[in-house]
Amino acid sequence: MLSYAEKIREIAGRLLASGAVDMVIGFRKGTIPMMNEPHFAKTPAEVPKLVWDSHCGINLANYLTDRKEKIGIVAKGCDSRNIVTHIIENKIKREQLVVIGVPCKGMVDKRRIALKCPGEITEVIETETEITATGNGFSQTFEKKDVLQHNCSLCIHRNPVIHDELVAEPVEEQQGVDRYADVRAIDAMSADQRWKYFEDLLAPCVRCYACRNACPLCYCPTCFVDESRPQWVGKGQDASDVRTFHFLRAYHCAGRCTDCGACERSCPVGINMRVFTKKLEKDCLDLFGWEAGLSPDVRPPLDVYRPSDPNDFIK
Amino acid sequence: MKIIKIDKSQWASGLNQAATAYRLFGPVKEKEFHSFKPLTNGAQPDLSCLNTRLSPKAIVYPQSEVMFDYSLDEGRDDHHQMREAAKDYSPKAVIGIRPCDAKAFVLVRLNFDTPDYQDPYWLRAYESTTWVGLGCEAPCSSCFCTTAGCGPYHEEGLDVLLADAGDHYLAKVLTEKGARFLAAGGWKTAAAQDSDQTIASMRQTAESKIASFVPTDNLRSLPNNDLYNASFWEDVSFACINCGTCTYSCPTCWCFDIQDETRGTSGVRMKNWDSCMYPLFTMHGTGHNPRGTKLHRVRQRFMHKLKYFVDKYDRGIQCVGCGRCVRLCPVNIDIRRVALMMNGFAASGEACAIE
Repeated sequence: MLSYAEKIREIAGRLLASGAVDMVIGFRKGTIPMMNEPHFAKTPAEVPKLVWDSHCGINLANYLTDRKEKIGIVAKGCDSRNIVTHIIENKIKREQLVVIGVPCKGMVDKRRIALKCPGEITEVIETETEITATGNGFSQTFEKKDVLQHNCSLCIHRNPVIHDELVAEPVEEQQGVDRYADVRAIDAMSADQRWKYFEDLLAPCVRCYACRNACPLCYCPTCFVDESRPQWVGKGQDASDVRTFHFLRAYHCAGRCTDCGACERSCPVGINMRVFTKKLEKDCLDLFGWEAGLSPDVRPPLDVYRPSDPNDFIK
Repeated sequence: MKIIKIDKSQWASGLNQAATAYRLFGPVKEKEFHSFKPLTNGAQPDLSCLNTRLSPKAIVYPQSEVMFDYSLDEGRDDHHQMREAAKDYSPKAVIGIRPCDAKAFVLVRLNFDTPDYQDPYWLRAYESTTWVGLGCEAPCSSCFCTTAGCGPYHEEGLDVLLADAGDHYLAKVLTEKGARFLAAGGWKTAAAQDSDQTIASMRQTAESKIASFVPTDNLRSLPNNDLYNASFWEDVSFACINCGTCTYSCPTCWCFDIQDETRGTSGVRMKNWDSCMYPLFTMHGTGHNPRGTKLHRVRQRFMHKLKYFVDKYDRGIQCVGCGRCVRLCPVNIDIRRVALMMNGFAASGEACAIE
């Protein structure tokens, strides 16, 4: 994966020089360990700043919404699925895009790594399979596969589903992954236990909306929590308002979420709100055999009526 | 300045004793990170904490605070009247606050305590608190307090400064309030004569560990409009997702919104943290939004902290260098980088090259 950066720069340079695109969206090196910043290059001179490593977890499809330029965009498997969803939902046109596909082996979870280290991490170096975190008085090496973001460890679409360029040969997809163990565990709880679980899960929420804003699906001009005429949701820290936000947001993502993990990754207080979207993802798979964002040519199940749709819920 | 020696063996018992006169708050680890919580039933502050995930500003300025309550029940004599909500302003003490966070309250006070307006909620909560700070021995690599008008042993805003001297704390008494708190804890052993030098040298060591800096020397003299129209804002704001993480984790961000919430015949008027990152923050009743794009909003945040505040108060930037926004921003927008661009902005309209 480390050789990708050079290939990304080569493709980006070519696309910009030929005028095939107006800008290339990728990542530049972050200012702190294990972070990179979404970045655009508009001229070949800006291309050298583009990087690639295991800290490119932000979903770049989020930066395409309603843009008018011709854009080259660096896309992992999940980004590509959200680009497809954006195309289906008319948030960008396919012909505006040159998708620079990145076969992905997963992004590392900086919190998991930080928790395993005895102090502040000041430097992180990676090889193809390992990652070494160094700080004052310690240096620890991890197998990347042991410290992946949770969603990445469960990913079965690592290769971009659409691409115009590919920075490397496709990687092997993970087989036999049990994607929904956490959802089943919550399903198995009693109603009281589950409510308690949700209460504990959401207790630290400060309603900064980083989860919503990092999500490529959340592009409503005005989110329901921000509507003021009428106002649907209270603005304080009342638990029912916090829950309303998270539950409703999850439902808005039903049949659209690709489990890219941007929401969980961006949360400043470490909430795994993916348990909500994953439940709905599982329902879509069970009921409609649907996985979001695999093809621009198929309408999502909540978008269309099919005579074969399950209707057992009608009593 | 008086310095008290507190043996660590007498720390917990002293805190328990002080707890009879003060409500104590301190850093407590819950799940994976620290936050300031009430220390009840003899709970001890975890002073090994580098710094809390969110700033302690909520102790004085809760994210959501009821100011008034009211009843719409016409059977009551006081229906349709705002009543001041019951509050507990009994003495409290915050243990183990870092000097950056304590200094932040001093900056926030500029907003909540002016000759024309005094925010009674903020002021009464602040005045009822004794601030027992802990010098930073091991600042984070993203801390830049020494160039943000602060420092790892900075005293402004503190009533007591603790320095961790191994088997004991040296407690520098900075105010009368601080002296009262130490007396309440039963700590009264005067420290050795040279303790002041000990703290000074600890301070020097800590300051030398700060490896991150922001340049601010040009900010005041730069023309507002030129900076506002600088070409780098598109680059700065591109990655921003306009969440409230930076403003909510910031100890110096003070903006709030006022909301009424009614349920049945009773209701409250509350103030809630707000964020200049949100479109609704500046939405006019007409539907027009003067900060309609994220570029507007990102620029506002940095211009406020690094330019408008500097111009208005002439006492440095509206930032204490705690580094939380740097560490928590989901897309790695770094105020240090932006300060460098702003401070290095040349009248020709070009920012200095930043790599």
